[in-house]
Amino acid sequence: MKIKKNIQLIDQHDKFGFWGGKFGGNFIPETLKKPVEDLEILFKKLRKDKKFIKERDYYFKNWLGSPTRFIKLHNLTNYLGGAQIWAKVVSDLNGGAHKSLNATVHCLIAKRSGKKSVCGDTGAGYAGKMLSMAAKKFGLKCKIFMGAKDIKRQKPNCDAMRKNGAEIIPVYTGSQTLVDAVSECMRYWVSNCDTTHMCVGSTVGPNIFVKICGWSTSQISRELFKQIKKEFGRIPKKVKLLNCVGGGSSSFGFWNEFMHYDKKQVEFIGIEAGGPKKSKRHAAPLTYGSKIGILHGAAQYVNQDFEGQIEETESISAGLDYPGVSPLHCFLKDTKRARYTAATDEEALSAYKLVTKFENLSPSLEPSHAFAEAIKLAPKLNKDTIIIVNSCGDAHKDRDILKQRLGKF
Amino acid sequence: MTISPISLAFKNCKKEKRPALITFTVAGDNTKKNSLKILNSVAKYADIIELSFLHNCPIADGGQIQNSTYRSLKNGTTLKDTFQIAKKFKKNNPKKPLILMGYYNLIYQNGENNFLKNCKLSNVDGLIVVDLPWPENKQFSKKCKKKSINFVQLLSPTTSKVRMKKIIKDSHDMIYYISMLSTTGGKLKVSPKKILENYSKIKKIDKIKNCVIGFGITNKTVKSFKNSDGVVIGSEICKEITRSLNNRQNPVTNVSKVVARLKNKIL
Repeated sequence: MKIKKNIQLIDQHDKFGFWGGKFGGNFIPETLKKPVEDLEILFKKLRKDKKFIKERDYYFKNWLGSPTRFIKLHNLTNYLGGAQIWAKVVSDLNGGAHKSLNATVHCLIAKRSGKKSVCGDTGAGYAGKMLSMAAKKFGLKCKIFMGAKDIKRQKPNCDAMRKNGAEIIPVYTGSQTLVDAVSECMRYWVSNCDTTHMCVGSTVGPNIFVKICGWSTSQISRELFKQIKKEFGRIPKKVKLLNCVGGGSSSFGFWNEFMHYDKKQVEFIGIEAGGPKKSKRHAAPLTYGSKIGILHGAAQYVNQDFEGQIEETESISAGLDYPGVSPLHCFLKDTKRARYTAATDEEALSAYKLVTKFENLSPSLEPSHAFAEAIKLAPKLNKDTIIIVNSCGDAHKDRDILKQRLGKF
Repeated sequence: MTISPISLAFKNCKKEKRPALITFTVAGDNTKKNSLKILNSVAKYADIIELSFLHNCPIADGGQIQNSTYRSLKNGTTLKDTFQIAKKFKKNNPKKPLILMGYYNLIYQNGENNFLKNCKLSNVDGLIVVDLPWPENKQFSKKCKKKSINFVQLLSPTTSKVRMKKIIKDSHDMIYYISMLSTTGGKLKVSPKKILENYSKIKKIDKIKNCVIGFGITNKTVKSFKNSDGVVIGSEICKEITRSLNNRQNPVTNVSKVVARLKNKIL
């Protein structure tokens, strides 16, 4: 299994939609074959449509506030001593996370396809919040599927969704988290695919949804590439790009432009959710060697029992609390382009505490997992190494959990 | 070549000028014992039996079947149990065709060849895999054919005519037409007339191929499909099991009554 040069990673799949011959694909009911094919054709066309690209760039810049900041975390760097720590503050985006990039593109596609409503899944509530925000902006009706457990723990984002006029459909089946929200959203789409466009909130799901999301979030690394060159005059000799991985949309977008650099120069490190310290129900299929299975229409490494039942996961961060992971990351793991590790709930919380103590930055619990790894790594490396963490979400949504666990927010 | 039990079932129904009645239940619902008892009792009325093997992320199932699935999973029903139930049923009813239905991950984890071997050992006659559409299912359906197991291709209202032709060409003794854009057990949101219009389009492509209609068909609407090759009733049965349990009644006798009533409607 090898990554090809001169071709976008999202396009390196075979005719059945598999990356590396075994990740991804389209394991979907017959009813969805046609809508998925229609979407494939439309997206293929729109990617080459200059007007569409111009429109996307216009909204990214003028509405979402791209480019987001690329800043050095001086105090944290000095405190840890060792590698330089930088942050790409993607949470600057309108809405407070990278999910707005994918949501905006999906709503633009929905408009082009003539559909009047969109539906989407959400875990941390960001994908839902952004989709509701974009749907409002583009005059589309919006339904958001969210696990009942997540509705409770991510209240601020739910409030925002309702304010944007979206209908939140609570999902009570299974673990009542993201995995069930995605299932329920797909069921809704099966029943309403003639009138509704579906937005999958991450680089997961049937092949085309992986592609659209990856294409959208790649904006992050397009910006970063320019910013690094401006800051250092070139791409430095030792760069480490650290990003949390749940479904994997922010990390893929954060890495894409650097895909063809040697990993000795630009290393990709994905940090999955290890869950509570003593729990075995982690959400880290790449780190802990889960088997390949089929979840939500795609083959991927996924937490499951010997028979193929999907296992429940446990993580303090709703956005990472997912038993599967993007086929793109499975491909990156098996080709050894990226390496993956996990941080526990406790490590993420201490990282949050340390970052907010030293810096004027408030990363949500998801990127706090990535900061935990940066804090571990930095002291072991010299100052020529540039660690960049994608601070892809803002902690505002986590205020209830943080208050409960740390006594303050 | 000998005629398959599935083909034979359709042939017999055609002689009686009525559609085949296909019942769907979830393996191990509400218990492993009752599940088998239900199968044995409905076999008096049903022409073909569908039994689902469990998956906890069923992306195409509606509320009723989800309830049944989660109830059965909670009771600890495994794939092995499902094969056991199938085997015992076929021992009692060797001539009644039994089709297993489910999601691909269970087959994938079991191994395609191993899964088919297990099907053979349990005398399973056919397979429906909800999330393995054509052409992705070409290889697997060939494997099924080699083992004389019917792979049932699905068609839906979104399937184009060109695609239909190709799918029908690759199909075995039976195809399944999904009545509407819905998960299983949804409210019948299109008229039976409209469904039958689409159905006749399929029959025009291949007159001989046995085509059954499913999704959202209930006691109230089943009569409208009297002239089709077959009707599948699933959610209505799962709902009856739930209702019986809530009322502390015997699900086996209640389901049997429901299926008897359904049968009467299509005679």
